[in-house]
Amino acid sequence: MQPVTSFSGKVVPLPVSDIDTDQIIPARFLKTIEKLGLGENLFNDWRYLPDGGPNPEFVLNQPRAAGGTILLAGDNFGCGSSREHAPWALLGFGFRAVISTSFADIFRNNCLKNGLLPVAVDEATLAELFEAASSDEGLELTVDLASQTLTLPSGRGVSFPIDDFSKQCLLEGGDQLSYIQQRMPAISAYESQSAEALNTLA
Amino acid sequence: MPRYAVKTARALIRDAPEPEAPAPAWARLELVRKPRTLYEKVWDSHVVTHEPGAPAVLYIDLHLVHEVTSPQAFQGLRDRGIKVRRPDRTQATMDHSIPTQNQALPIMDPIAAKQVQQLRINCREFDVPLADLGDESQGIVHVIGPELGLTRPGITVVCGDSHTSTHGAFGALAFGIGTTEVEHVLATQCLLQRRSKTCEVRFAGRVADGVVAKDLILALIAEIGIGGGTGQVLEYTGEAIRSLSMEGRMTVCNMSIEGGARAGMVAPDDTTYEFLADKPTVPRGAEWDAAVERWRRLPSDEGAVYDRTVEIDAAGLEPMITWGTNPGMGVRVSQPVPEPNGNPSVRKALDYMRLEPGKPLIGQPVDVVFIGSCTNSRMTDLRQAASLLQGRKVDPRVRMMVVPGSERIRAQAEAEGLADIFRAAGADWRQAGCSMCIAMNGDQLGSGQYCVSTSNRNFEGRQGKGGRTFLASPLTAAAAAVEGSVADPRRYL
Ligand code: SF4
Repeated sequence: MQPVTSFSGKVVPLPVSDIDTDQIIPARFLKTIEKLGLGENLFNDWRYLPDGGPNPEFVLNQPRAAGGTILLAGDNFGCGSSREHAPWALLGFGFRAVISTSFADIFRNNCLKNGLLPVAVDEATLAELFEAASSDEGLELTVDLASQTLTLPSGRGVSFPIDDFSKQCLLEGGDQLSYIQQRMPAISAYESQSAEALNTLA
Repeated sequence: MPRYAVKTARALIRDAPEPEAPAPAWARLELVRKPRTLYEKVWDSHVVTHEPGAPAVLYIDLHLVHEVTSPQAFQGLRDRGIKVRRPDRTQATMDHSIPTQNQALPIMDPIAAKQVQQLRINCREFDVPLADLGDESQGIVHVIGPELGLTRPGITVVCGDSHTSTHGAFGALAFGIGTTEVEHVLATQCLLQRRSKTCEVRFAGRVADGVVAKDLILALIAEIGIGGGTGQVLEYTGEAIRSLSMEGRMTVCNMSIEGGARAGMVAPDDTTYEFLADKPTVPRGAEWDAAVERWRRLPSDEGAVYDRTVEIDAAGLEPMITWGTNPGMGVRVSQPVPEPNGNPSVRKALDYMRLEPGKPLIGQPVDVVFIGSCTNSRMTDLRQAASLLQGRKVDPRVRMMVVPGSERIRAQAEAEGLADIFRAAGADWRQAGCSMCIAMNGDQLGSGQYCVSTSNRNFEGRQGKGGRTFLASPLTAAAAAVEGSVADPRRYL
């Protein structure tokens, strides 16, 4: 994973609440055994018409989405299925952060493991951002992970929550698996003393 | 959180006071004696280490694997040159992308065939036991865990699948994870986790006839909303839960995730032990007795404090059905389609569903009825549906599919004569798999079709692009099959 630091990027607004991971990447695209290549089917069923052509009404097909790196979405983003294909598809399209008022637990976790920043703001801030995005198609925002700050067009900075551990991993491009692996002696000790006996091979 | 206006039950939601600051060292003895919830007990007993500033390293007793969310994880192991640490705590199966008929023949869809083949390769290479197509143990991942006796009280269970919450019915802490975490568990049998908040969901009273487990959980989600459980582990309590079979408890826990919860749990009791006693992998003799002794200490202590409590009047519930495009958009089947009242989510959902506000749902024509999925594909579910269909016919306008959750269930349902009842009624009786719950395998709705489904998600396109889903119980689904339209199953009791 590449380290995540500070970046400025163009905003793509999608003012829909409760966007589930089936919308982000429909199940029929989960038959792949790869992580790459999912960006093409991001929001597939909203993005393409029945004949396969792009739906001009959908924001990802509009000029403003070209080069967009920050997705601005309604409440409770990423609910439903645990598919990590959802952040893979968002990253595949080019997004580096998603702004919403809240994120579903598993989705949030999956984002943090892949360097896609979930930026949770309060309702008033989200409304202000949607306002700004509708009056300015080229709206850009700056996200700074180290200071956990999102800088609004007005210059006002709003902070967003992220736990220190995930933040450190993101800043360093660090790997959570190696953290666990370094605790192998404790894991072995736990296994020999406390773990419930269970055998799937039986 | 948007709320969908129609109240389904008298519910009482209250928040507990903010937790106090952690106890100082001298008070630790006191802390040990503090009454704990079921969740806290399972959590505490699985923390391998918890260092300041980091999440806990949590031990995972059982890891279930399926073909869709595992290939990239196995590839990750290969890239790093590491093995699966505990194949004896890992169980794989095929369920999502497989066909539900002619399973002995090669899979027609080349991409699905490749994915299924990849799981075989991965299991062979990493020594992971696999319930392959044709195996007597094959089935939906959340159906076979309990069936094999691998899901047990007090253990931790994960799977790259959000409905892992199902296993909480046994008093296990069970939750879905992403593929990166699947790799972590394959490599270390551990996960980095933070403690969740706890929420008690008390279903007071006994349900009326015609009201089943699915109705309890649909009523809860309609009440708290699909984000209402975010960050929380739900513990289901109350008379209505105690009187449910294990299968009913699994239905309830299964859909905890549809309320946004991390997991759902039910404290184990004699119903749990009776269910497990004859399962293939459970301990026998004195070891079994010792296990039951341990399990009896799991239920939440008297005086344990939950962060939040939600109370639902189970006795006042009626059969439920969803009308919209998320599982929180549910009403009693006898209620009309709600008015948007300026709520854009409701408006958008009604546009997609092509439903008119204020019109009754009963009588709405349906094209397909689907009975299956990890929510409702077990013997109890099939018996309920069959009891209604016995001696009746599926309306000729309806295509009805019944898909058992596992090969064992298929065999048992055939032996019991349920399959014959379904076939005689005109339904299509299939082999085990996820099927039209996720529509990855060709079992799917056509655009614009309406389906009453016993599965767990009614998201846009979930059962096929452009398909429209009403979620309901097996009883309500069977009633719809007979009438050719949304119907109240209580007419047939
Ligand atoms: S039946 Fe549906 S919800 Fe359950 S595991 Fe399969 S696809 Fe997921």
